Amino acid sequence: MTAVTAYEMRGQEPTHHLSDELLMDYASGALDEAGSLFVASHLTLCPHCRARLQALEAVGGALLDDIEPVSMADGAFDAIMAKIDAAGSANENAAPAEAERVVDGTVLPAPLRKYLGVDLDGVQWRKKGGGVAVAPVPGMGPEANAFLLKVEAGRAVPQHSHGGNEFVMVLKGGYSDASGHFGRGDVELADDDVDHQPIADDGEECVCLAVTDAPLRFTGKTGWLLNMFVKM
Amino acid sequence: MGHVGATIVADKAQKPIAAVVESLAAAKCFSNGESGRNALPEAVAVDRGGRGLDAITPDDHRALMARIAHDQDRAAFAALFGHFGPRVKAYLMRSGSDMESAEELSQEALMTVWRRAESFDPKQASVATWIFTIARNKRIDAFRRLNRPELDPEDPALTPQAEPEPDEHLDEVQKSKAIQEAVKTLPKEQAEMLRMAFFQDKAHSQIAEETGLPLGTVKSRLRLAIARMRKQLKELDE
Ligand SMILES: [Zn+2]
Repeated sequence: MTAVTAYEMRGQEPTHHLSDELLMDYASGALDEAGSLFVASHLTLCPHCRARLQALEAVGGALLDDIEPVSMADGAFDAIMAKIDAAGSANENAAPAEAERVVDGTVLPAPLRKYLGVDLDGVQWRKKGGGVAVAPVPGMGPEANAFLLKVEAGRAVPQHSHGGNEFVMVLKGGYSDASGHFGRGDVELADDDVDHQPIADDGEECVCLAVTDAPLRFTGKTGWLLNMFVKM
Repeated sequence: MGHVGATIVADKAQKPIAAVVESLAAAKCFSNGESGRNALPEAVAVDRGGRGLDAITPDDHRALMARIAHDQDRAAFAALFGHFGPRVKAYLMRSGSDMESAEELSQEALMTVWRRAESFDPKQASVATWIFTIARNKRIDAFRRLNRPELDPEDPALTPQAEPEPDEHLDEVQKSKAIQEAVKTLPKEQAEMLRMAFFQDKAHSQIAEETGLPLGTVKSRLRLAIARMRKQLKELDE
């Protein structure tokens, strides 16, 4: 492990943010699970996007308040009060005890730790050669893919062809490509238009979360990260 | 390209909405959210909450929530229920739910409001926004059977807000009021486009199909809605 701790990394805020489309779909609830995991992970690391999300949810609240109401069934209020009384002191305010013991130095955002069951130091990597390793994030459903990608310091990710959309976010270390430098929390959308040749920073391995659109939606082609993932 | 927008790839035309919203969030212009609130829209007044408690304005909602959280005040909850129950039901029906499950889910959502009342933080959101997020999550859970990953405020990996930005003297309540005001004054067809884009899991091309409007019309109405909201917010400033 390198000497960089989560505490030190906390000082920086991301400079490459979520797109408006992603945030809006997350606010409205239209986003799929892998996309939501990606957004929630970035939100953990980005106060700026947390504020943007709040404003979008406020639009949802305003639209709700403004909607043409549809009458509830007769006796609906009494019905739910009866249920509430029957349930007694059951109290949703009491959050279930967090099974995981969190410690300072945590690297991965909590939404991601929940799916992996471990922090970064517990991830089981599959080596791909060329200084690249991957680890799938389980539980994304049949149509979506989310995985961690690790590239050794100073190594280039192999050249690839595009065919879909891939969202990539740095969790540790950093990389540079034609669009600039990407550090912890920074988000990049790699699509058809981007000539994407990321090279990991010197001195530290680079770990990213990558989410790809559903394979069936790639109309025959697959994204480069997905390609790498399925060929393992 | 009917699939575009269905999941993580959103139609580009959505962009201006969120961009405006972001500018709303940053705007310092609407500190007087009460101005222009003299005439209440009829639809809101019609079902004002019972037992002498108003549930009309965001301030009413907040006062009711405080009574529910601190005193388990059932009259206050009845008033809040009278206002938001039918709205949550309408929202769920807009999202494709049939009458029966909309009724059931909106009852569940309002039960959650009662049970989690203590966790409502008026500094973070208006009551309407908080209830919207509860209803949205019920919908995702019930109809899409998906988990919805969310950030954990206690996460040690959380990057805290560095320091309050000087412009952030507007609290969430004031922002919500301004946004609400802007939504209310949108022309009907523009507000309708905004709702379809926001409430339903639909790409703009699907909206066009459903409404029988050309895609260009759908997009231009959304753009107009946004321009209009922006203008409204500027007026509030003056
Ligand atoms: Zn961000």
